[in-house]
Amino acid sequence: MVLVLALGDLHVPHRAADLPPKFKSMLVPGKIQHIICTGNLCIKEIHDYLKTICPDLHIVRGEFDEDARYPENKTLTIGQFKLGLCHGHQVIPWGDLDSLAMLQRQLGVDILVTGHTHQFTAYKHEGGVVINPGSATGAYSSINQDVNPSFVLMDIDGFRAVVYVYELIDGEVKVDKIEFKKPPTSNSAP
Amino acid sequence: MRALAGVEDEEKWLAEGIAGIQHNAFFMHRALDANNLREVLKYSALMLSELRTSKLSPQKYYDLYMRAFDQLRQLEIFFKDESRHGLPVVDLYELVQHAGNILPRMYLLCTVGSVYIKSKQAPSKDVLKDLVEMCRGVQHPIRGLFLRSYLAQVSRDKLPEIGSDYEGDANTVMDAVEFVLQNFTEMNKLWVRIQHQGPGTVREKQEKERNELRDLVGKNLHVLGQIEGVDLEMYKETVLPRVLEQVVNCKDKLAQYYLMECIIQVFPDEYHLQTLEALLAACTQLMPTVDTKIVLTQLMDRLSNYAASSPDVLHEFLQVEAFAKLSNAIGKVIDTQLEMPIVGAMTLFVSLLTFTLRVHPDRLDYVDQVLGACVVKLSSVPKLEDSRAMKQVVALLSAPLEKYSDIVTALTLSNYPRVMDHLDDGTNKVMAMLIIQSIMKNDSCISTADKVEVLFELIKGLIKDLDGTNVEELDEEDFQEEQNSVARLIHMLDNEEPEEMLKIIYVVRKHLMTGGPQRLPFTVPPLVFSAVRLVRQLEAQGGNIAGEDVPATLRKIFQILNQTIEALSSVPCPELALRLYLQCAEAASDCDLEPVAYEFFTQAFILYEEEIADSKAQVTAIHLIVGTLQRINVFGVENRDTLTHKATGYSARLLKKPDQCRAVYACSHLFWVDDPEGIKDGERVLLCLRRALRIANAAQQMVNATRGSSGPVTLFVEILNKYIYFFEKGNPHITPSDIQSLIELINTEMLSDNGNTTIHSDPFFSSTLRYIRFQKQKGGVMGEKYDSIKL
Repeated sequence: MVLVLALGDLHVPHRAADLPPKFKSMLVPGKIQHIICTGNLCIKEIHDYLKTICPDLHIVRGEFDEDARYPENKTLTIGQFKLGLCHGHQVIPWGDLDSLAMLQRQLGVDILVTGHTHQFTAYKHEGGVVINPGSATGAYSSINQDVNPSFVLMDIDGFRAVVYVYELIDGEVKVDKIEFKKPPTSNSAP
Repeated sequence: MRALAGVEDEEKWLAEGIAGIQHNAFFMHRALDANNLREVLKYSALMLSELRTSKLSPQKYYDLYMRAFDQLRQLEIFFKDESRHGLPVVDLYELVQHAGNILPRMYLLCTVGSVYIKSKQAPSKDVLKDLVEMCRGVQHPIRGLFLRSYLAQVSRDKLPEIGSDYEGDANTVMDAVEFVLQNFTEMNKLWVRIQHQGPGTVREKQEKERNELRDLVGKNLHVLGQIEGVDLEMYKETVLPRVLEQVVNCKDKLAQYYLMECIIQVFPDEYHLQTLEALLAACTQLMPTVDTKIVLTQLMDRLSNYAASSPDVLHEFLQVEAFAKLSNAIGKVIDTQLEMPIVGAMTLFVSLLTFTLRVHPDRLDYVDQVLGACVVKLSSVPKLEDSRAMKQVVALLSAPLEKYSDIVTALTLSNYPRVMDHLDDGTNKVMAMLIIQSIMKNDSCISTADKVEVLFELIKGLIKDLDGTNVEELDEEDFQEEQNSVARLIHMLDNEEPEEMLKIIYVVRKHLMTGGPQRLPFTVPPLVFSAVRLVRQLEAQGGNIAGEDVPATLRKIFQILNQTIEALSSVPCPELALRLYLQCAEAASDCDLEPVAYEFFTQAFILYEEEIADSKAQVTAIHLIVGTLQRINVFGVENRDTLTHKATGYSARLLKKPDQCRAVYACSHLFWVDDPEGIKDGERVLLCLRRALRIANAAQQMVNATRGSSGPVTLFVEILNKYIYFFEKGNPHITPSDIQSLIELINTEMLSDNGNTTIHSDPFFSSTLRYIRFQKQKGGVMGEKYDSIKL
């Protein structure tokens, strides 16, 4: 069992003061093995904070990130899954799933994690799964009118990935889950 | 007077004294066994003579005293048993007074006196009175103190208190109190006398010795606190006044400090509350060298704890006007003790404030009063430079923040900003950061423009350069931390009512604009997003604001936004400004304000043309422009054409060919929007894609030319994917044969040059083909589309 925290678009301090207290109390150091972050933190303080939750932090560049050295995209392998990470402002039209599917094919990954729209989605298509963890702070978005703070926790176990999405709606944390299985016969989609 | 002694000498004398006691005790015991009163008295007197020494320090004297004390217990048993010595106790009392020297005489007398009282042949009070007065005969400080201490010890269980065996008539408690008070007074006088002897170095030693002796004196106060029958009335009328009289009159720093502490600790808090005036009056009369602060702080701490112990107690505090009395006393102490350094005064104020916050947290007027007194004191000093005093002021200002989790409460204290004004710039900023941290920690929300105004006044050290500071000199990390804190703070300023929210934004903007180019990159973005959020809220809810219709208000807000982002040109940070312009453009589009949206795009393009030279930055900027433009539907044909034309043009002129290619095919989406009412210009889409293809070809040729081999086919595959995208969306200008030829092209490109027949495989291409196969086998409409494409 490998726990992977996926989150992004915090936009601290441009659009939000901090993560919601209820999220902060859930994100306890030592429980998570990897963090993948879609970008737009935006400041080093947040980077450092994430590292305290888990030192294995993978992050890509959002257009408001203070640190310009983050890569445009990144791939990594966890369990039997190849994951791809990209903020998403580079993929036009923004939030368009077919265009994201192209990026997924290009990166050659089973799970593509992307952000920018501040809207949680988990979408399964021919080439794999596209997950958008939304905005962890519920930051303002020009793309999405109704933003609730959200993040994703993936439990990856061999060929199986269970995706838990945590959303803060009207002050309560709501959890939902989706399951993906990857067929053991390599490069076809899960 | 004791001569200066070496430690070795003292050890020798102590040993001699102990030997003397043991020697005479031996003979005394022989006499006791023989019931020989005469011999008993002779040897006990000799034994007690060892206590006549003046050579020992208090600790050593105590050692000697304890040995004598133990022996006297044996003696007392003997005295008590008349059958052994044959004398009635009255006569014994008379007899021992014939002992030669006064010190042994007094010890013997006290011992007999104890027996006398126990026999009840005379009232306890009479015997005690006799003894306490006769002890006056010993005026040597150490000897006298121990003697009287002995008297106190043997009399303890024989005081005529209520309920004791020795209870007298109606005034019995008074008698007991009188006795203890007298003994106390005399002991204090003796104790104080030790101070007034000898030169400097000797005095230091004496001070140490005095401290060793102090508990002998203090014990009397403990006894007073324990006497049965001493109620509040008696304490107030007799006990406390007499004790305080001695404390004040002895004019001795050590005694005053110790005894005040004793009083506060020994007697119950309710008594203190009811005698507050007397206690405080005494405090103001103490010697200036006494650390009255600590005494007052202890008192206030005890009273605070008392208040916390039960809610009923609170009305007592109000009844006796505790706060007013304490406040006045502290004022008096500060005013009269002119040599008190400012840090002392501040410490007192901190204690008083702590008290006030614990006992009367709801009385903001009290809290403000304390701050006011502090301001007055601070104004009397030209400039506050003592760092310890500064720390106290910070503690003073932090206390309300911690107590009242809602910052708004602290903001109503009129003297709060005045105190802050007296801090030096560095400390002022530290305090400002503490204020912000308090707000963040408590998740407070400041919701009116007035409060925001007060708040920003308080934190002005962070908002702008105060006189004398130069922002260049600041540590960069500290500066960033400060400014990021201010940025986060802006999100805590919120009001659901758009009218008030707009006022808040005006106030914030007014302050932030004084920040200068170093601060703007941090503070402008949160302000912009605050305003944009308000725009969205207004647009959704419609209606009027302050008599003005929504579109007019919106236009106003966009004007402010424009001006605010423009201020970034002074920094300069064109990339940030461009992003903010695009955000505003989208917001304006959502409000149906075409000219405003167009203006924002213009500004963005100008920045792109004139200010953004870095090629990597250009790539991102162009994608942001294209991405935003793609989503905007407010533009009429002409405006849209102008902007898309510009966007496509810039895309094609990026430095690197692959970047050009990608930007251009991204532009293809400008001409196809999936909305039912969206633009669907299939031809121009195809034009873009073909242009991208040409660029990809050119890029490939360049790679061939410079490296002598084929470059990667990635760009072609990307373009293929775009063809597929629009093909599926139903662009009539994209045919299956277009797709087929593109596939052939890619296959060709993948064969390596120079006759090498190895076929490169490209995973991206493979997965794209796999996707096509997938679509083909779907059947239905999609399957039909793909039918003619052969793989």
